[in-house]
Amino acid sequence: MALLQIKNLTVEFGSEKKPFRAVDQVCLEIEKGEVLGIVGESGSGKSVTAKALMGLIDWPGRVVAEKLEFDGQDLQEMSDKQRRKITGRDIAMIFQEPMTSLNPCFTTGFQIAEALKIHEGGSRSERRMRSLELLEQVGIPDPSARLKAFPHQLSGGMSQRIMIAMAIACNPRLLIADEPTTALDVTIQAQIIDLLLNLQKQRQMALILITHDLALVAEAAHRIVVMYAGQVVETGPVPEIFETPRHPYTAALLEALPERSIGATRLKTIPGVVPGQFDRPTGCLLNPRCEFATERCRRDIPLLQTDADGRQVRCHTPLDREGKPQP
Amino acid sequence: MFSFLLKRIGVVIPTFIGVTLLTFSLIRLIPGDPVELMAGERGVDPVRHAELLAQMGLDKPLLLQYWHYLTGIFQGDLGTSIVTREPVVREFFTLFPATLELSLCAIIIAVAIGLPAGIIAAVKRGKLTDYTVMGLSLTGYSMPIFWWGLLLILLFSVGLGWTPVSGRISAMFWIDEVTGFMVIDAFLSGEEGALVSALSHLILPSIVLATIPLAVIARMTRSSMLEVLREDYVQVARAKGLSMPLVVCIHALRNALIPVITVIGLQIGVLMAGAILTETIFSWPGVGKWMLDSIYRRDYPSVQGGILLIACLVIIVNLTVDILYGVVNPRIRHNR
Amino acid sequence: MNSQAQTAVVDELVPPGPFREFWNYFSSNRGALIGFVLIVVVLLAALFANFLTPHSPYEQYRDYVLTPPAWQEGGLWQFPLGTDEVGRDILTRLIYGGRLSLFIGMMVVSLSLMLGTLIGLVSGYARGITDTLIMRAMDIIMALPSLLLALAIVTILGPGLINASIAIAVTYLPHYVRITRASVIAETSKDYVIASKVSGAGVFRLVFITILPNCLAPLIVQASLGFSNAILDAAALGFIGLGAQPPSPEWGSMLANALEFIQRAWWVVTFPGLMILLTVLAFNLMGDGLRDALDPKMKL
Ligand SMILES: Nc1ncnc2c1ncn2[C@@H]1O[C@H](COP(=O)(O)OP(=O)(O)OP(=O)(O)O)[C@@H](O)[C@H]1O
Ligand SMILES: [Mg+2]
Repeated sequence: MALLQIKNLTVEFGSEKKPFRAVDQVCLEIEKGEVLGIVGESGSGKSVTAKALMGLIDWPGRVVAEKLEFDGQDLQEMSDKQRRKITGRDIAMIFQEPMTSLNPCFTTGFQIAEALKIHEGGSRSERRMRSLELLEQVGIPDPSARLKAFPHQLSGGMSQRIMIAMAIACNPRLLIADEPTTALDVTIQAQIIDLLLNLQKQRQMALILITHDLALVAEAAHRIVVMYAGQVVETGPVPEIFETPRHPYTAALLEALPERSIGATRLKTIPGVVPGQFDRPTGCLLNPRCEFATERCRRDIPLLQTDADGRQVRCHTPLDREGKPQP
Repeated sequence: MFSFLLKRIGVVIPTFIGVTLLTFSLIRLIPGDPVELMAGERGVDPVRHAELLAQMGLDKPLLLQYWHYLTGIFQGDLGTSIVTREPVVREFFTLFPATLELSLCAIIIAVAIGLPAGIIAAVKRGKLTDYTVMGLSLTGYSMPIFWWGLLLILLFSVGLGWTPVSGRISAMFWIDEVTGFMVIDAFLSGEEGALVSALSHLILPSIVLATIPLAVIARMTRSSMLEVLREDYVQVARAKGLSMPLVVCIHALRNALIPVITVIGLQIGVLMAGAILTETIFSWPGVGKWMLDSIYRRDYPSVQGGILLIACLVIIVNLTVDILYGVVNPRIRHNR
Repeated sequence: MNSQAQTAVVDELVPPGPFREFWNYFSSNRGALIGFVLIVVVLLAALFANFLTPHSPYEQYRDYVLTPPAWQEGGLWQFPLGTDEVGRDILTRLIYGGRLSLFIGMMVVSLSLMLGTLIGLVSGYARGITDTLIMRAMDIIMALPSLLLALAIVTILGPGLINASIAIAVTYLPHYVRITRASVIAETSKDYVIASKVSGAGVFRLVFITILPNCLAPLIVQASLGFSNAILDAAALGFIGLGAQPPSPEWGSMLANALEFIQRAWWVVTFPGLMILLTVLAFNLMGDGLRDALDPKMKL
């Protein structure tokens, strides 16, 4: 059975009368030891999905799901206390902005040991030993000095390593990495990703890798979920999706990859932006930006359909092998 | 850290000089010169008038007069009261403990209630609790405290007869002054009922004086807390599996308190202004009432000295808060 | 799926225009609306005081000294909220007092707003030594508790309503100066101002057309909150006898002798203060609402 099962997860913000759906009926599944990539433009609801999983959406945000199960346990049914036992220990998360994710008032040592203290207890010296060990694992030189450092004394890459150490402190079975490298510069990015993938392999963790970077997903992930304006528009195994994207949005994303456009004089871009609260179109949310949009796309909302081969796509006219829309 | 200190003190000196200029000109801007004021209705003959002016150094050029005034200040000489013929400094510091006791008690009440109220409002944002706390604190913030004092007297002293109306302690007791704080002195005296009497005299005035700072602190704590609760590190702490109360107490509170401490420090000005009204209503023998009485009695040297001393007090407290702010906030401590 | 329901929702989600947006924010804040209504009521009562009450605020009904409110035993409907120690109708005095309080508020706010903006413009525009001197002066004003400074100024000018207003206006100058100066400095470094300078726009044109509109929002908020501070401080000065002088029905000065009557006539003590509280609260509620509606930082 899948480690994590999500069915029709919806997150709404704003007033009851005029709700804004940041996440709209999202379904996800992830197996033990699997790497799942979630891609989508800025504002497509990736972070909100992750936060909903961690139980971090507060009032006035509203989270509803038909099913939200981790390892057979229903996360929605259980008490807050039970749920907190799982978050942080079995499910951990790394955030987008390392520089603001550490509390400026406390040393890194305190913040790492805190994660251990909540779930594993142990004596102060044990926690210190574990912290040192963790820092070594995430490749931080001179760990004992770093434990005493305050966050403002650390670089972005260093902070992100600390965040990773904190997240893996209690040997989580599922790690959610929300754009772990977006805020870092390019040379550090590769190191952090390598670190994450190594840890994932060593510990056989499931990893949800949220990113804008399709190349990274191609390399690292087993399966991919493409999100647009809060909805899942396409899912499937990585090789197949990269080979034959069925949703026009996925296809456009892939065409925007430099690797794919060798020989072309200009990189392809997708015109327009993800619709926000006030400019949601009727029908398919992509229709103003889709080159294949038809009357039907402007009128009816497409459903997520599962194909015979297990791939899912949300389109009235999915693309065929040649990239032509099929009625 | 040292240069940080120097910088802060450097900003304060011009302010201090400005305040002395203000108080210096105060007495010269009032219609009629000091000699006439001292003579009052009786009047003086012109010869004696000139003599007295010379005696007080008032016939010298203004700049020189100011220099004398400044050097006098540094020697602790703020002139003598026209009414009591006592040095102003002595009068001020005899009465000051009473004001200090009242203000301290008020600020303790304000912090003890305002902080938790603000935190609870922030955590329960948008709920009934939040609206109640915010509604009450806006009411407190809008309160004419002299009327609030009267209302409390009407209710607790006149209506219920629980608390006395004026003074620091019942006339039955004769307490030796040790610390200048009546509550502590009464306790030390060991006389039966003295402590209760002192406390019951203190309670209403300090509630009145606490009202506005309490409201300000509650509002500030709430908004600061709300801001901090949106920070990434709070989400991270929650993602570790910490319960909301723990996240608030450990991670959010410390960061949220940083601006609140500044605001608490700024309340010293509010307290001093409030003391003038509160002490008048409750006949509390402190510097606020004394200032006002001095104005009524046209005892301008006392008014002048009082304003200067209160201003200095406010400046010093604000400076201390500024420095404390640097100590609490590690980013400032390390970067300067 | 329920696609119709969704399209229905979509239609409403049109981005509103600037004024509509302001009004939406403002009116969705129930507190601000209550404050606004209260202010309108006090304003109307003050404007039409002559028609609202048959009494004059100064007329002393010697036979009816300290009559309790109408609903209490011994009360008369002739004097709904009772009479004071010389037999004047309290309700009438409260209504006329509204005039004074609003007048003080208006006077203080317009004085400190105009002077403060002017000084702030000069300070931000001239920079250098002028700026430093002005800002130091503002620091001094800020260092003194406002009531204390107002007391000092009233001591110099002598007691009275106008003098009290001037004194209070001075104590609130720094807020306006700082707001204007900060936005002048921020704006003058922006490209469009440099551009209009280069194209030969005069200083006045620059100030009034490009700079002032940009600091309007914080100034409006400050002015609204300034109203409440002014009313509160003026009442305090009136209470201690240094503001409006006795026969005038100013709310603060109506309370000046209240302590004497606290044992016998609660109504003399209660109503004027309640009016101060409600009016000040109304302006604060509105000020808060304005800030939320005008300050984009506060929006989600
Ligand atoms: N607390 C909130 N209240 C209201 N709207 C929110 C809130 N959090 C997120 N949103 C909205 O939800 C949408 C999705 O945001 P989200 O942060 O999930 O995007 P993202 O896919 O993570 O983008 P990025 O790649 O920039 O991180 C955005 O339009 C955002 O404005
Ligand atoms: Mg994100």
